Amino acid sequence: MAEWKTPEDLKYTENDEWIRVSGNTARIGLTDYAQDNLSDLVFVELPDVGDTLTKGEVFASVESVKAASDVYAPASGKVIAVNTALDNAPETINSDPYGEGWIVEIELSNPADINDLLDAAAYAKHCASRA
Amino acid sequence: MTYIPHTDADREAMLAAIGVSSMDELFDRVPESLRFPKLDLPDGLSELEVSAEMRGLAAANAHAGDYAIFLGAGAYNHFVPSVVNHILLRGEFYTAYTPYQPELSQGTLQAIFEYQSMMCALTGMEVANASHYDGATSLAEAATLARAHFRGKRTKIILSPGIHPQYRAVARTYHQGNELKFVGDKGSATIPDLIDMLDEDTAMLVVAYPNFFGQIDDFSGLAQAVHDAGALLCMVVDPIALGLFKSPGELGADIVVGEGQPLGIPLSFGGPYLGFFATRKKYVRQIAGRIVGETVDKHGRRAYVMTLRPREQDIRREKATSNICTNQGLMALAACVYMSAMGKHGLRRAAELSYHKAHYAAEQIDALEGYSVDRSKPFFKEFVVTCPRPVAELNEYLFDHWGIIGGYDLGQDYPDRANQMLIAVTEMNTKEEIDTLVEALRDPDAHIGHEHTH
Amino acid sequence: MGTAEMTQPTTTQAESSPPPLEPLIYELGAPGRVGVSLPKTDVPEAPLPEDLLRSELDLPEVSEIDVVRHFVRLSQLNHAIDTGFYPLGSCTMKYNPKLNEDMARLPGFALAHPLQDPNATQGALALMYTLQQWLAEISGMKAVSLQPAAGAQGEFAGILMIRAYHLANGEAHRTKIIVPDSAHGTNPATTAMAGLQVVEIPSDANGDVDLDKLREVCGEDVAGMMITVPNTLGVFETRIQEIVDIIHGCGGLMYMDGANMNAMLGVAKPADLGFDVMHYNLHKTFSTPHGGGGPGSGPVAVNEKLAPFLPGPIVTVIEEGDDDTPPLYGFTMPEKSIGRVKAFWGNFGMLVRAFAYIAANGAQGLRDVTNHAVLNANYIRARLKDVYPMPFDRMCGHEFVCEGRWKDVEGVHALDISKRLMDYGMHPPTNYFPLIVPEALLIEPTETESKETCDRFIEAMLKIAEEARTNPDLLHEAPHNTPVGRVDDVLAAKQLVLCCRPIPEPEA
Repeated sequence: MAEWKTPEDLKYTENDEWIRVSGNTARIGLTDYAQDNLSDLVFVELPDVGDTLTKGEVFASVESVKAASDVYAPASGKVIAVNTALDNAPETINSDPYGEGWIVEIELSNPADINDLLDAAAYAKHCASRA
Repeated sequence: MTYIPHTDADREAMLAAIGVSSMDELFDRVPESLRFPKLDLPDGLSELEVSAEMRGLAAANAHAGDYAIFLGAGAYNHFVPSVVNHILLRGEFYTAYTPYQPELSQGTLQAIFEYQSMMCALTGMEVANASHYDGATSLAEAATLARAHFRGKRTKIILSPGIHPQYRAVARTYHQGNELKFVGDKGSATIPDLIDMLDEDTAMLVVAYPNFFGQIDDFSGLAQAVHDAGALLCMVVDPIALGLFKSPGELGADIVVGEGQPLGIPLSFGGPYLGFFATRKKYVRQIAGRIVGETVDKHGRRAYVMTLRPREQDIRREKATSNICTNQGLMALAACVYMSAMGKHGLRRAAELSYHKAHYAAEQIDALEGYSVDRSKPFFKEFVVTCPRPVAELNEYLFDHWGIIGGYDLGQDYPDRANQMLIAVTEMNTKEEIDTLVEALRDPDAHIGHEHTH
Repeated sequence: MGTAEMTQPTTTQAESSPPPLEPLIYELGAPGRVGVSLPKTDVPEAPLPEDLLRSELDLPEVSEIDVVRHFVRLSQLNHAIDTGFYPLGSCTMKYNPKLNEDMARLPGFALAHPLQDPNATQGALALMYTLQQWLAEISGMKAVSLQPAAGAQGEFAGILMIRAYHLANGEAHRTKIIVPDSAHGTNPATTAMAGLQVVEIPSDANGDVDLDKLREVCGEDVAGMMITVPNTLGVFETRIQEIVDIIHGCGGLMYMDGANMNAMLGVAKPADLGFDVMHYNLHKTFSTPHGGGGPGSGPVAVNEKLAPFLPGPIVTVIEEGDDDTPPLYGFTMPEKSIGRVKAFWGNFGMLVRAFAYIAANGAQGLRDVTNHAVLNANYIRARLKDVYPMPFDRMCGHEFVCEGRWKDVEGVHALDISKRLMDYGMHPPTNYFPLIVPEALLIEPTETESKETCDRFIEAMLKIAEEARTNPDLLHEAPHNTPVGRVDDVLAAKQLVLCCRPIPEPEA
């Protein structure tokens, strides 16, 4: 049984996204549990800078050889940066899901969106329950 | 006759291993009141009895082996080299399954990869899939791609009335459950007319090349206009025509679809046929159907495998690009063998022969009193003749008196084309056959009431 | 040797990597070669429209012997029913009778044009009409359309019919189709294509439809439900009539995925169970060959309610016959048809093969088919159940599922077992389907396999179970005896080499 990393300073969704808030902006990505289940990613479909994210809705998708998965927005906001390095190296999400494997950066339109998200401990439990 | 090898001893041993004493017990879970209904079917027959019965049914059909045929309209009597059938009859090909296990199916996988490559070369596109059911469903799937590409923001598909009527019907059937609108094909819109219909809501514009009437339309300015409007250009094409004429890629098409039956597949009363689908690489993730890609195995040896699988139904389920599972794999193999045997030179030759014979026939028929051939545009292997009497009448006469299967009655699909016959001529029609057709058409009344041997 | 330069290189190969099994057709031949001969032009040549012609046609230049050797060698790289056992669950890989191939190639069938005057193709029409009748009889349904080209297309037609039926009754609010989580992927994909909403319900602990969950989702907005009988685990759900009653009770219609009909012939009729519509897979149940991925044929059969909505045209009797004359057949479009789902009439060549198969078997033969398919599956199940974990220990239909893993063996998965089975000369069972069983191996021997073949398969599976404990690397590194080893599908998806020819630049 693998142990999945769940950094303390992040918030998480039940759909396996993480969000790191700093001031009025936030960075979003997929968790270690997600990349482990998907296995080697071969393609990431990214939104554009300037797009609007709505909490709970799909804003990106990732694809491995055996699965394709939608990525849901943990919070609403406007996309201010997109990790275009993923176009050529989607496997970065596998190797460094919380660092170089980030997907988008947004300007939060409603900071209260993150209040109902899971903390590290709750998310770790959520992972363990599905194993 | 059955194909079941079990003996009584086998059955006894197997039932014992399972722990039941009779076959019927295997079905205890089925509700008793509904179990073992009578099947009101004829008794089984031996191989030679089945054969005799079916030969009788086959003999009750007129066919291109016995009759000169000038009927096209989406299915054509083209030359099929004998090698094609011999390869299709290899059990390793036709009794194999979909190549989900690449280690056991490199034959099928490489053949499909070669087919994809040849379709790209023929159409001038960058990627082709492993087939759809037929040309009509390929068109329907092109509309699906256009819809997905614009994420539902554009809902209009402009269809040229020159596209095969059945193809347009199938596209509408496929999309009756969503918001796509199909417009443009109710009257006799020209290419400029279709261009005028382009707007911000247009996802795709579709033309046929050649069109249903056999003609090559003037496409100058079309691709530019479609792309200026932000839409996609789709062309429905005849693959033999592409042995001669510019590829749709050269003309600016984004998606190319069509019917591959002329590529080594017999008429077979309408199926199985071969829908081909080719497009630019940037749309590859939105393509439906199987795609084979090149890779290596763990020893570094070149190998082939089905790829981009997450698009397909078994993985993506309701988010799949289509529900297609079984396609027309063996027909893609037929086309691959055909295009290999014919090759660069043979396909061009078949196209030239069709072209010259069709033009010879057109000229001779046009010269007949009472008949007039539409020569307003360049044409390939089919042309429209306006006849002095109803097409159905002429065809009955041609069949009964001359042993000729005549052309298609356009009045069935286009109300303003009564008495117009669509005649197809391919490399399979000899000069003699054409001359006989012309002779037959010249003066039907002189022949009706007299017997002719043929 | 060698043809035009390929500016799109194939996968970079290390110096020491083994050579390809077989060159690409483009890598064979020489400039100027042709594999066919065509006659001289026997008519005056018409001028060609030079400005419309292409200047390049990038197809192979090989001679006939090159073509034959190339494709024969390729064929020899395949496993097929004609070479060995193929227990692919849900695919029904039964023997493909050679008689059927001969019948399909009779000139009266193979060379008939679909748009000929129906008066001149009465043999084809009689065959289709009879097949329609036979498929109706086997299912207990009232009407059949032979037009759909594959099971998925049959499903699509079926769901469109259900939708059209409700619209015709003024019930446009019925937009949901209930699908069990054990369903074949085509079921939800089809529903989405038809513009309806998929409602997935979980299976219960026994792998059956959870009736409580079903009652919860059943309501005014339900158009219908799609299920497979026997289910995708190969098990006949004893509460099938309850399921049908629940859906009918809330005004929905029942669709049966007929992929598993090999377990039902002469044993139960879908119409008797209460289904309103179903599809057949002729390439599964009725022996038409799989062709490396088709062509198939997916006729739909319906009851009175849905008959007017069938896709068409279908074959009908235009004029009744009598003792001396056969009936006159023709094509008719059902009055409220959902429309054409493909050009022409259907995959006629496959209809010919299915006709031959049913004619050869007759009623008793078809019952024997199901009897022996179920016998073979249960026999293998009984002999493997003490060695392979079986989630549900019940009498199965024509197929059963077991898990490809053991609690006490680390790191061995269904995939490894499957690959190792190849070394024993057999095609592996279906992997990872249905989704509700982890590491699923879905095994369907079919009725055309002898007891000896079943025994050989059982022995191989038992041996592999032993190898998993004593020498697991044999499994991890398998297959060892196939033309290629495990392929790198990650590389395939990333580099996306889908065509081996360079693409000319579009003209300005």
